[in-house]
Amino acid sequence: MEGIGILNTAGTGALARERADEETQTVTRTASDENLKYKIRDLNLYYDTTQALKAINMDIKPHEVTAMIGPSGCGKSTLLRTLNRMNDLVDGCRVEGKVILDGTDIYGNIDVNELRRNVGMVFQQPNPFPMSIYDNIAYGPRIHGERNKARLDQIVEESLKKAAIWDELKDRLKKSALGLSGGQQQRLCIARALAVDPDVLLMDEPTSALDPISTTMIEDLIQEMKDNYTIVIVTHNMQQAARISDKTAFFLLGEMVEMDSTDVIFGQPRDKRTEDYITGRFG
Amino acid sequence: MFKKEYLGRGIVTVCGIFIIALTLAISVFLLVKGTGVFTQFHHSVAEFLFSDNWAPKDVPGEGGGHIGASIYIMGSLMTCGLALLIAVPFSLAGAIFIAEISPRLGSRILQPAIEIFVGIPSVVYGWVGLTILVPFIRDKLHAPMGGYSVLAAGIVLAIMIFPTIATVAADALRAVPDSYRQAAYGLGSTRWQLIYKVSVPAAKSGIFTGIILGLSRAFGETLAVAMVIGKTRVFPKGILYPTNNLTAAIAADMGNTANGGEYNMALWAMALLLLIISLACIVVIHLLARSGEKDK
Amino acid sequence: MNENSSRYKRVRGVDKFMTGVFYGIGGFFILLLIVLAAYIIVKGITSIYPGVFSFTSMGIGNQFFNTIYLVFLSLIISVPLGVAAGSYLAEYARKGRLTEMITMSIEALSSLPSIVVGLFGYLVFILMTGMKWNLLAGAMAVTILSLPAITTTTRDALAALPAHYRSGSIGLGATRWQTLWHVLLPACVPRIITGVILVAGRGFGEAAALLYTSGQSTVLNWANWDITSPTCPLNVFRPGETLSLHIWVMRTEGSMNPHSVEIANVSSMVLIIMVLGFSLLARYLSRKLDEKNKGAAK
Repeated sequence: MEGIGILNTAGTGALARERADEETQTVTRTASDENLKYKIRDLNLYYDTTQALKAINMDIKPHEVTAMIGPSGCGKSTLLRTLNRMNDLVDGCRVEGKVILDGTDIYGNIDVNELRRNVGMVFQQPNPFPMSIYDNIAYGPRIHGERNKARLDQIVEESLKKAAIWDELKDRLKKSALGLSGGQQQRLCIARALAVDPDVLLMDEPTSALDPISTTMIEDLIQEMKDNYTIVIVTHNMQQAARISDKTAFFLLGEMVEMDSTDVIFGQPRDKRTEDYITGRFG
Repeated sequence: MFKKEYLGRGIVTVCGIFIIALTLAISVFLLVKGTGVFTQFHHSVAEFLFSDNWAPKDVPGEGGGHIGASIYIMGSLMTCGLALLIAVPFSLAGAIFIAEISPRLGSRILQPAIEIFVGIPSVVYGWVGLTILVPFIRDKLHAPMGGYSVLAAGIVLAIMIFPTIATVAADALRAVPDSYRQAAYGLGSTRWQLIYKVSVPAAKSGIFTGIILGLSRAFGETLAVAMVIGKTRVFPKGILYPTNNLTAAIAADMGNTANGGEYNMALWAMALLLLIISLACIVVIHLLARSGEKDK
Repeated sequence: MNENSSRYKRVRGVDKFMTGVFYGIGGFFILLLIVLAAYIIVKGITSIYPGVFSFTSMGIGNQFFNTIYLVFLSLIISVPLGVAAGSYLAEYARKGRLTEMITMSIEALSSLPSIVVGLFGYLVFILMTGMKWNLLAGAMAVTILSLPAITTTTRDALAALPAHYRSGSIGLGATRWQTLWHVLLPACVPRIITGVILVAGRGFGEAAALLYTSGQSTVLNWANWDITSPTCPLNVFRPGETLSLHIWVMRTEGSMNPHSVEIANVSSMVLIIMVLGFSLLARYLSRKLDEKNKGAAK
C-alpha cells in the first residue's frame, strides 16, 4: 500500500504543476510545496471561547487517501470541515493560522463557493435532496451555471458511472432519490459531489450509517477514485482506516498527536497514546 | 450569480422588515386617529372610560358633545367575562381529555373537531346565535327585553374562544415531562390525582396563556356579538338584558358618521382601546411565559 | 388497614367518576359540532329556492364569486410576502434586535382584532386614497390578517427541514440563496400549501375586516368585460360584498329582500361547506406529508 502511495505521488507531481501553471497562480512556492495538496500551518479553531483545534500542522499529498482517526470530540471532523470552510456556517467559529490549498490560503480573500465546488464533501448521513436522482446529480452543475441539457445528461451519466452506481440507477433517473437504500443514497451523494468536478473529496464517516455490504462498495469506490482525486476521510472505524488509507493522522483533544503512513501508524506508532488508541485501550 | 445572492437576500430582508413597518403603521395610524378626540375636542380620558354620557356631535370639526363610552366598555367586559366563565371549564376538560385521558381519541377525533370549530366563520356563529339562541332565551328563559342579551353574546363568544383555550392548554399539558407522570403513578396516584395535583399545576402558565389568548379573541370579536347583543345603550340589569359593546358600536356607526367629526373620532378612540387591549394581552402572555420558565 | 382500603375505594371511585366526566365533555364537543354543522347544512338545504344560486340580486352567485376572487387576490399578495419574510427569519436572520422585533410584530399582527385591521384598511385604502369601497382594499385587509400565519408556517417548515439539506447544498459550493431557492423552498412546498389552504379557509369567512373596505353591496354585469367598468366582475376597484358579509347584511337590512332569511341560511351552509372542505383538504395533505416523511426516514 505504501508503495502504491509513493508511486502515485511521484506520478502526479507533474500534473499538479501543470494545473498550477494553467491557473497562473502568483503565489511563490518552493519545490517541495508542489507535492502537497493541502498545507495546514499553526491552525487554531475556537467555538466562542472553547478551543476545538490546537496548533495543527499537517500536509496532505495529492492522490492519496488520508485518514483522520481519534475518539469522539477529538476535533477530526472539525478539521475536515475547515478544509472547505463548512465551519463558516457555525456561529461563533473563529479560525487562526493558514490552510493552504494549491498554494492559496483558503482563509484569505477567496471565493468560498468556488472553493467548495473544488473541494467536494460527503457526509455521515446520506443526504440526498428531496428531488429525482437526475436532479440531485445535476443540482451542482446547474448552480454553477451549466444549462445545456445534453451536457447535463452527460455529467449525470459520467458521475454515476464514477460512483459505480450507473447500472443500478440508469432506468430510474426520474424517480425520487429518497426511495433509494441507504448505501445507494450514499453512492448517489458521492456521485453528486463528483458532478461538479472537484479535486478533493472530503468524507465525514461516510459509511457509519451503512450496512457491511454497502460499506465494502464505498471502500472499493474510494480506492478507485484516488487516482483522480485527493481524498480525506474521517472514520471511527480503525480497520477501515487501515484498509483504505495511505496516510493516517491520529487526533486527541484537539491536537494532532501523530501522522505517518498508515502502515507505520498501525504497525509501530511513535506515540504511546496512538498505540493505546489503536490497540483499543481507550476511545 | 452573486448579484442574485444579494438581490435574494435583499428581497427577503425587506419583506421581513415590512412586517415591522406594517405593525408600526397600524399602531401609529390608530394612535393618531384614536387620540384625536382627546387632543382636538379636549375630552378627558377619564370621561371616555368612566362616563356613561354618550352624545357626541356628528358634524365635522364641531365638538362639545359627550363621549362617555363606559356602557360599551362594560358591555365588552361583561360578555367576555361571561364567555370565559363558560368556556374555561369546558376547554380545560377538553384539553385534559386530549393530553391525559385519551391521547389516541383526542388526536384522532377531538383535536380535528376543535380545529373545525376554529374555522367556522364568526358571522355563521352569529347567524346561528340569532336564529336559535335568541329565540330560545326569549321563549324558554323569558328574557324581559326579547332574547337579545348578554347571555346570548356570552354563549356565542364562549363557543368561539373555547378552541383557542383548549388547544393551547392541551399543548401545555402535553409539554409536562413524562417523568412527572411516572413519578406520580409510581407513588400510587390515580389518574385524576395526577391530573389535578401534578399535570395541571405544572402546566398552569401555559393554561393561563390560553385563557388570555381566548380573552383577547373575545374582546376583538365583532359581528357575531353584534348580531345577538341587542345594541341597546344601557347598563344591563342582568345577563338576560341587552346592552352594547365596543366592537358592535364601531361596526354599526363608523361608516354612518361624518369623517373628522366628534362622533367619528370617539369611535376611533374605541378602536384604539381595542388595539391597546390586544397588545396588553400579548404583554401579559410574555410575562406568564417568563414566570413559567422561572418555575422550571 | 380497613380504613385505608375504604379510602382507596373512594379515591378510585373519584377517579372513575372524573374519567367519566371527561369522556362526557369530550363527547359533548363532538356532538355540539355535529349538531351545529348538521343544523346549518339542513337549514341551508331546506331554504334553497329557485334562483338562490343565480348570479343576480336574488341569488348568492355574485357574492360567492366575490369571496373566491377576494381571497385569491389577497393570496397573490400575502403568499410571496409571507414566504419571503418566513425565509428571512429561518435562513438569514441572526439573533438580535431586528429578528426580535419581527417576531414581536408577527405576534402583534396575529392577535389584532379583525375589525381593527378593517379600520386600518378603511383609513389607508379608502379614506386616504379617496376611492369607493373596493375589492382590492378588502384583499389588502385580508392580506394583513393572513400574513402572520403564512410567515410562521414558512419559517417553521424551513426550520423543520433536516440540516443536511443545507450542508449538502452548501458543500457543493451553492450560495445561501441557491440553497434556499433550489432545495429548501421546494422541499417546503407541501407544508406551505397546507398552511395557505388553512389561511384561505379563514379568508372565506372573514367579515369584520371587509365591512369598511370591500363594501356591503355588489352589482355585477356578467356580459361586461371592460375591466375599468364598475360592473365588470374582474375589476378589482369595484365594491365586492362577500358571502359572509352578505349574511350580515341580510339580517340587518334584509327586509328589502323577500328571501333574506333563506339567503342567510344558504350562505351559511355554503360557507360551512367551504370551510369544512378546506380544513379536510389541509388535514389530508399534512397527513400524506407525514407519511411521506416517515417513508423517507426508513
